[in-house]
Parts: sequence; C-alpha cells; structure tokens
Amino acid sequence: MNEPVEPGLAAEAGAIAFRLNGVARVVAASPASRLSDVLRESLGLTGTKVGCNAGDCGACTVLIDGRQVCACLTALGQVAGRDVTTVEGIARDGALDRLQRAFHAHGAAQCGICTPGMLMAATDLLARNERPSESEVCDALGGVLCRCTGYRKIVDAVLAAAAGEVALAVPAAGRAVGSRAPKTDGAAKLTGAERYGADRWPPGALWLRAVRSPHAHARFSIGDLAALRARHPGLLDVLTARDVPENSFGIFPDHKDQPVLADGLARFRGEAVAALVGEYETVMRIDEAELPIRWEPLEARTEIGQALAATDAPIHAARPDNVLIRGRVARGDVDAALAQAAFVAEGEFATSLVEHAYIEPEAGYAERVGDRLRIFACTQTPYMDRDEVARVLGVAPAQVHVVPSAVGGGFGGKLDVSVQPLLALAAWKLGRPVRTAYTRPESMASTSKRHPARMRARFGCDRDGRIVGAEFHGDFNTGAYASWGTTVANRVPIHAAGPYVVPNVRATTRAIYTNGPIAGAFRGFGVPQSTIAHEALLDELAERAGIDRLELRHRNALRAGQPTPTGQVLRASCGLAQCLEALRPRWRAAVAAAEAFNREQAARGGDAGRRRGVGIACMWYGIGNTVIANPSAMRVSLRKDGQFVLYNGAVDIGQGSNTILAQIAADALGVRLDAIDYVMGDTDLTEDAGKTSASRQTFVSGNAARLAAAALRRKLLQRLEVGENAELAIERGELVGIEGGRRSAIPLAYLPADARGDVEVGRGEFNPPTVPLDADGQGEPYATYGFAAQLAELEVDLALGTVHLLGIAAAHDVGRAINPTQVEGQIHGGIAQGIGLALMEEYHAGRTDNLHDYLVPTFGDVPPIEVHLIEDAEPLGPHGAKGVGEPALIATAPAIFGAIRHATGVTVRHAPATPDRLRAWIKASAR
Amino acid sequence: MASYLRPELLADALSALAGGARTVLAGGTDFYPARVGRLVDEDVLDITAIGELRGVRAERGGLRIGATTTWSDLLAAPLPPWCRALQQAAREVGGVQIQNAGTVAGNLCNASPAADGVPALLALGAEVELASVAGRRRLPLGEFVLGNRRTARGPQELVSAVLVPPWSERARSVFLKLGARRYLVISIAMVAAVIEPDAAGRVARCGVAVGACSAVAQRLSALEQALVGATLDVRIGARAHQEHLAGLTPIDDVRGTAEYRADAALTLVRRALESLAA
Repeated sequence: MNEPVEPGLAAEAGAIAFRLNGVARVVAASPASRLSDVLRESLGLTGTKVGCNAGDCGACTVLIDGRQVCACLTALGQVAGRDVTTVEGIARDGALDRLQRAFHAHGAAQCGICTPGMLMAATDLLARNERPSESEVCDALGGVLCRCTGYRKIVDAVLAAAAGEVALAVPAAGRAVGSRAPKTDGAAKLTGAERYGADRWPPGALWLRAVRSPHAHARFSIGDLAALRARHPGLLDVLTARDVPENSFGIFPDHKDQPVLADGLARFRGEAVAALVGEYETVMRIDEAELPIRWEPLEARTEIGQALAATDAPIHAARPDNVLIRGRVARGDVDAALAQAAFVAEGEFATSLVEHAYIEPEAGYAERVGDRLRIFACTQTPYMDRDEVARVLGVAPAQVHVVPSAVGGGFGGKLDVSVQPLLALAAWKLGRPVRTAYTRPESMASTSKRHPARMRARFGCDRDGRIVGAEFHGDFNTGAYASWGTTVANRVPIHAAGPYVVPNVRATTRAIYTNGPIAGAFRGFGVPQSTIAHEALLDELAERAGIDRLELRHRNALRAGQPTPTGQVLRASCGLAQCLEALRPRWRAAVAAAEAFNREQAARGGDAGRRRGVGIACMWYGIGNTVIANPSAMRVSLRKDGQFVLYNGAVDIGQGSNTILAQIAADALGVRLDAIDYVMGDTDLTEDAGKTSASRQTFVSGNAARLAAAALRRKLLQRLEVGENAELAIERGELVGIEGGRRSAIPLAYLPADARGDVEVGRGEFNPPTVPLDADGQGEPYATYGFAAQLAELEVDLALGTVHLLGIAAAHDVGRAINPTQVEGQIHGGIAQGIGLALMEEYHAGRTDNLHDYLVPTFGDVPPIEVHLIEDAEPLGPHGAKGVGEPALIATAPAIFGAIRHATGVTVRHAPATPDRLRAWIKASAR
Repeated sequence: MASYLRPELLADALSALAGGARTVLAGGTDFYPARVGRLVDEDVLDITAIGELRGVRAERGGLRIGATTTWSDLLAAPLPPWCRALQQAAREVGGVQIQNAGTVAGNLCNASPAADGVPALLALGAEVELASVAGRRRLPLGEFVLGNRRTARGPQELVSAVLVPPWSERARSVFLKLGARRYLVISIAMVAAVIEPDAAGRVARCGVAVGACSAVAQRLSALEQALVGATLDVRIGARAHQEHLAGLTPIDDVRGTAEYRADAALTLVRRALESLAA
C-alpha cells in the first residue's frame, strides 16, 4: 500500500495526491489537466516529453502503477492515490540503471527526445518479462516512435539489458578516434535532464500562439483588435505584420521572400498571420472565430503544373514564371551518345511531400536583456538564426544571443527559423520573456518539407553495360517560399547521373513556387528523389543488357582518377566499388533464394500469393555546401580548473557531433575523451561552425576541432618546454608534460585566466576547397563525396500490395568511422527514413497534420540491418573521415523499389509505394 | 470553471448525467486527441473510479465486458477460443500505452469508421448495455453505432457494458487488420470472422464483419447465409465473392482508394475464412 501523502495538503479542495517517483506529492491543478502538462509545468519534471498530445508518438510514456501509459492522455484526476514513475525516477542513487547503461552503450539514444518514452516502455516490459524475445520487445515498445535510430539499436539495448550487465567503452588517451565511446551528452538524454526547446523558460514568461491561415491562398484583412483585447485581459498583445520592422526572411540574401507574419496575403495553408501573446490560459482559450480576420480565398495553385500554367498571377511578383531557380550540369554530347547507345532506358518518376516528423515540435523562448535579446530554441543553425532575427528586428547581430537547446531531431527541418522571429518580436516589443511550443498540427502545417519531384530521365549504355550518357530533368515543387529550394535545384543536377562514370550528361532542374507547403532542406536536398530515377533506369539497362544488376553498377562505379559530370576528378576516397564488393556475397545468395521462393510460390497457385525480391542501389553525395564557402571555426581551451573545453559552434541534432568532435579534439590534444567538456552553439561563447546540414560537421568542423586542439597542444607544450611527442596531462592542479622520463609541470594557479576562466586557447578553422561551377555546371562543387550501396530483401503480398521487408544491408564509404556506433546509428536511422519515403510517407496539407494520418516507420517496419563500413580515407578529412548523415538515407528507397520490381515486375514510378498504389500497379501489369 | 466529477458509484455517475450534459471520460485515448492545442474547459464525468464497471466476466455462457475494461484487461482475461478475434483486435489498438488505458466501450462510443474493436464484436453478435437513472436497455451493436462519430447513446445514458452472446466450444474466430505500417496504424480495411461448425464439420452459425470500408462496420449477411451448411475446409474462402461486399461503401482517403479497399476487403474475408478452416 502507498504511504499516506503529505497529511493536511490532501484535504485541500481540488488537490490530487499521488506518489511520484516514490515521493508523495499533492498537486492543485484542474483534474482534467493532462498529466504530462502537470508533470512538466507544475512539477518541473520536463523529462516527460510532449511530441503530439494525441497518443500517436509515445514520447510522454510514464508508468502508472508500473504500467506504461501516455501521460498526455491521462487526466490528472486519474492518478489520485496511484504510483507514477517518470524517466527521472529510473536512475538509482544518481547512477544510470542497467537499462539506461545499455541504451548508452548501444547508442540507442540519438537526439534523445523519444528516449524517456522508450525507457519507460522498456522498464514496464522488463518488470513483467525478464528475458523478452525481439518480437516481444517490439510489441512492448511499438507505441513509441523514434525518427533517428531506426529502432534496431534500441532493440539491441533492451535485449542486452535483459541479458545482464553492460560495459561502457572508455577509450584511453589517444584512442578516442575509432572507438565506440558512448555519447558525451548521452547521460543527460537518458535521465531526462537534457533540456530541449520546450524544457526551459524564464519565470513569468508569457505564451505566444500563432494564428495561421486556413487557406492555401487568400487575401485577408485584420480588423480592430481592441475589442478582442478588452474581452481577454490576459491577452497582452496581438502581433501583426505591422509590428515587424523588416518583414522578410529566407536562407539566401537574394531570396528573402518569406514574411514573419503575412501582410494581407497568405500563400500557403498554415502561414502565420498574427500572434497572440499573453497569459497561457487566456491565449489558449481564445477561439479563432473571435478574431476579426476577414478572409478572401483565392485560387490555390499547389501543384507544379498549375503554377507553371498560371503565370498571369505569379506567387511572387519577382518571379513572373513562378520559377525560383534553374540548375544545370552539361558535359559531352548526350544526344549523340544516347542515339548510339546499345540500350536506352527512360522513364518518368514522381515523389511526394515528406514531413521531417522529428518528435520534438519547434519550441523555445526569447527574453530581452537590456538592448540585447536572448533566444533559447531548437535549431540546426544558431548563427543563421542570430543574423535572421537581427535583420527582422532591425538590430545588430551582436545584439542577438542565440542559445541552442538540445534538439529533438532536425533532419533539415530546423535549418529555417520557425518560432525564433515570432518570439523575438514579442519579447523585444513587450520587454517580457515569451515562450511557445508548436502543436504537432502546427509544426506539420507551417514548417518545411521534402520537395515533391516530377522527374524524367534517360540513360543509355553500350553492349558491355557501360553507361554512355544520361539525361535528366527534375521539377521540384518548392512551395510558397524559397527556403532551401535553391540548394535542391543546384545540388540535384550534379548528382543526377549517379555515382558512375558517365561521359555525356545533361541534367537540369527547376524549383517552382506553388501555394503548397514550403519545401526546404530535408536529408539529401533532392538527391534521394533523383536517385530513385537513376537507379530504376540502371535496373532496366541491366535487364536489357543481360547483366547482373550489381555487376552493372560495379562496372560503372566511379573510381579515383575518373571525372564526374562536373569534370571533377576525385583523387582519393572513392569507395563505391568496395561497397558493392562487400555486398556481393549476400546479393548473390539473396537473389538465388528469392527466385527459388518465387518458383515455389508460383507452383502453389491459389491466392495471388507472395513474391520475394532483392534490390540494390548506389548513391553518392557531396559533403558540405555546394561550392559556396563552408567554413567552421572551433576553439579548444584549458580552463584554470584543469578542464579542457571545446567551444563548439556546431549543433548536435542527435547525429553525434558533440561526441565526434570531442573524440577528434581529445586525440589531437593527447588527453582522454572524458577530460574534454564542451559548450554547444552558444553564439556568445563559440565561433560560427556553420549549419548542421549537408553532412558537413564531421568533415568540416571535425577538421576545425582537430586544428584547434592541435594548436592548444602546441601552446601548452611550448609553455612546458617539452617536445611535440610529450605526453600531456593534468595532475593535482598542475599542467604536466612528460617526455622520455623527463617531467615538466606548471601549477595551473600560476597561469592567468581570461574572463571565461581559460588559461590557454587553441583555434582552428577549416573551409573545404571547391571550384565554382561555370554555366555548364563544370567545376569542383565539393571537396569530397560519400559513397554507398544498399541492398534490400523483401516480400510482396500480391493480393494486398503490401511490402514486408526482410532485411537490408548497407555498405558505406565513410572515409573513416570516428565512432562506429554513431556511424551505424546514422545509417540505421537514414534507412528508416528511406523506408518511410519508399513505402508510406506522404503529406497532404490539412489532411495529415498529425502522426496517425502521416505515417512514419514504427518498430515493426525496420528489418534487421547489416552495416559494412568501408574506410577509403579522405586525405582532407580529419583522420580520413567524411560525412554520413545524408548518404545513409539516399540509397534505401531505390533499393526497395528495385526489390519490388524484382518481386513483381512493377517499376515504382510514384513514391511512396503505398499498398493501394502497388496493388493497382500489380493488377495493371497482369492485364 | 468547468467541473470534473469522478464518482465511485454508478448511481452517482448516472445522477450526474441526469443533471446536465457532461462529456464522459474513460481511458482518454480519444478525448485528449480531439483537444490538441485546446484547454479542457467542459464539464467532465470521469467513470474510471467506478469499480463495478471494470472487468470481464462470464455471464449466461457469454461475456460481460464492463464499460471501463481496457484492451489490456481483455488480453489478460482467460477467454474462450471463440473470442480470439477480440483479443487479436485488442493487440492492434494503438500501442501498449493505448491498450492499457483505452476501453472497449469507449472504442464503440467514439464510433470511428476505423474502430478496431467493432468488427469482432459485430461478428460475434455483441450488444451494448446502456444505463441511465431511468433504467437499463440493450441494443445490438449494429443499432448502437449509427454513423461516423454517431451512436444511439442518449445524453443522460452511459454505456455500462458490452455483452457478447455465447458460442459453442467448437467456434473459432479471427481478426485481420490491414494497414500501411506495423504498429500504431489506422486500418485501411479489417475483417473479423467467427465460425461455429457442427459435429460434421459444416458451418452451423457464423458472423463476418468488415470495418473501415463504410461509415459503420458492416456484417456481411449474404455471405453468412451462403456459408451456413458449407464444409469448413480451405475451399471455404472461395465462397466469398465481391457481391457479398456490395453493402460496403468504401471511400478514397489518405490511407487508400475506395477501389483498393473493396478489393482488399474481399482478400481479407477469404483469408479470414481460410484461416478458420486451417
């Protein structure tokens, strides 16, 4: 039985008494309140995360009397007298428990936003079932969504915790690079201590609620707001376009076309037109029907064809043809090459709007401090946020201080500002702190998506299967505002012929404005879409030429010394052939097994039956920005207290840069990884490391961290007057250098410290070399490229059109795996998103603004994944490393589509291959 | 200020409903999702503290499923083999978090066309018991759910139990759900079937229901009639034809086209019947 709760308090009218993490608590709040809100707002336990408030994501999972439930669906009144356990209640005496250690060791937490929910569900399972099977783990945790890990490492962690104690790798000094060191920020993600955008706010912060257009295209006028404010005394302000000093923002200086608050014209459904600021309860209680907004809906042109046809009324006056930008790469004579080709394959392909669906909706606060403004929010790019907010407010960038929160998933979606300018305007104007967190529908309606693509392509090869030419055109629906449409249009033509030697290429793109949702950056910047086209056509060429699909790719694989379509000759780190060789044994066995299975199924007849297939796809991906400058600067210091500090402007969005960069710095400095602390992304304390995007942080910031740490080491060795091979250490308050038995020491107390407490600082900077592209797209757009091949095995239920994935193997040339666990985690997570892109993800504005109508893969949708790490070292990279974040995703959908074609004969021309589409294609092909 | 009542006695709950309109709250798994981004400021009657409403028990050879019985309660209950469809459905309602909180009766009251609980209960011939201060009444499930989000429950009534009639020990049932992912998925189509064979292995009695292919899940009466007397073997699936599904009115939505739903429903019906013959 429960001990009695604080006597006396329980008698208070309306108060609810329960036990929370073993401690009796009494809360005076509305009993109909969501338990999640009470835990977070009234009790300060922000470890319980809110991802959807609808029971769709499971991030808020807590235990009530030992059983997992969603705190967002539980009325406070229902926990009266019961035991509630949250993630804060798992650790024992401040130490991670066995399950948490297993998560830590296996890299089962990436961004960490789903981790509390995962841990609670797993705690429930292990209390009931000491040795669960893999499928029991999936069943028990299946109610929690994860967008980062691909689930496999979570399954591994739970099984390991059930099997016994788990050891954590602690690399020795100089051995951090290449080790499976647990994440430096892992423990905080496992205990609930980590602070995401919605987890910190100043006392007395007001709440901001954006008012958004219900129409995809509409004129509107806002009437007198005085009556509304009079009716609601807690409503302190209603911000409109008139309140915005410079009402335009956007990624590129010449495309700042998006207003913070629309000014009389809404160009997409979900665009912010006003912001209510005041007391939370007041602001949330206001019915939108009360707002004096008069809407005049206009014809909405949400599709590419509509926008191209309707140039009489352009979406932006500056672009009369609705074309934001065109991209082009041309080399050789593609028409002649294709005319002479022995075999030509061509086709049209389409993809859908894809939502990032990070489990953390955008959130944060802003606070005015004198003539400066502080913003705490989730972001992938603190320095761009700083400059954007300064511009909007009409202040100097130095007046804006951005403190990135921990980020609960980004994938490109948090490269654009979201809450930041709104919060900044409100806090700046009202002089009071203001906070907000988007609802899930608001996050989905208002923030960027993956571009839907309409592509046609033609590839030709000779009798030996050597590709002689490739032609590609892609139109990308960029939605209402420019966002990163330019990047997509420029990056795709470079990659559109695939990672092959193709002497004759013509690849063109357009990014087209429509009244659709804003399409921007999403893991791969258009390359996942174009890869679907070229890999489908390569399969067709292989069939026509009578060559095995893997061997055709191997024959054409780009190798060091050969030119790319932009005329760039890669001198090293070009490991696609090795990737294919790593997959070759499994490929041969899997193809034979699938074909044997299909013969047996066909012989059985009856119900349309099942067919198996195996697919293979290759990809390449330029690491870092396309041509444009791409610098990162890092500093590493020795603080007076003996702690080394990495001043790291790169935001870790779960992909692991807080760990990777520390590993690189530790080895360059020659100290243990755990001797290095870090500051992440704070624009007052760090230097600009550039955005966390384009798979660039390991390669670019990794170099900066290495150089910074090496510079600090040199300075410290000089102070100690020891040689460059000396061992460096901090011992009993002294900086110590040991060289061949000679020991040199300086008491840290003797060293003067700067304002931050640093006694010595090393700085490093890296900007990857590129050569601008000419009018034909000829040049060297990237300093290095990632390569990969992935293989998918699956089974299609012909009568239902459903696909069951049996397994995926992924071989990635990463140059060097700084942390193999993290690299595998990126690959697993990318594959999971690739599965979503291939089979289920399709956003429809206004119809799928939640996580039950918009489907992302769950525990049961990601099959076992075999990872082969190919380390064809990149001479420019830190320890040979290049990026893997986006490469992880790109080959997955085309590999799945290749397998579907192998199983059914159907070429997937429209992603995703949902059951209804696939069934229709199968029926059509049978006719 | 909105009022929140959480009585421990059914009589108190019924009096409260008689006293004015209130939203009935049980597991909260439909209540809160319908209020994303809104404060709860309506009068609520929380029925989860009423002990007599929770649990499954045998009653007159069949089952009485109390109104606040959760899907997990149903899964944990030792039910006869003909209830397998119901337990299979219980595993498909959201994740374990939802199964631990969501109630069988709430699933019926929410009246979603894609309610996972409806086809199995419909196939089994379940009734809904409604209580109010005026007394109790029973309605066949098919007469209780009237349409998309509409039921026959009056504002002063509470669903007090779901009643499942008895089937013989030989009867078996199955539930098949079709969705575009493994967990947490709203059905594109689903089928529940129950068959009670006679001693000679012929279908003596049966129920087949299809969900998510019409505003309210439908029994396939014509098919059921055609199946009675048939030998229960693997050929039984072939007895189902598209005309047996003529009463369905599938729609196009984000989960699938109407054409696909009709096509898939027939496949699921055939497979469900075949699995009962296996």
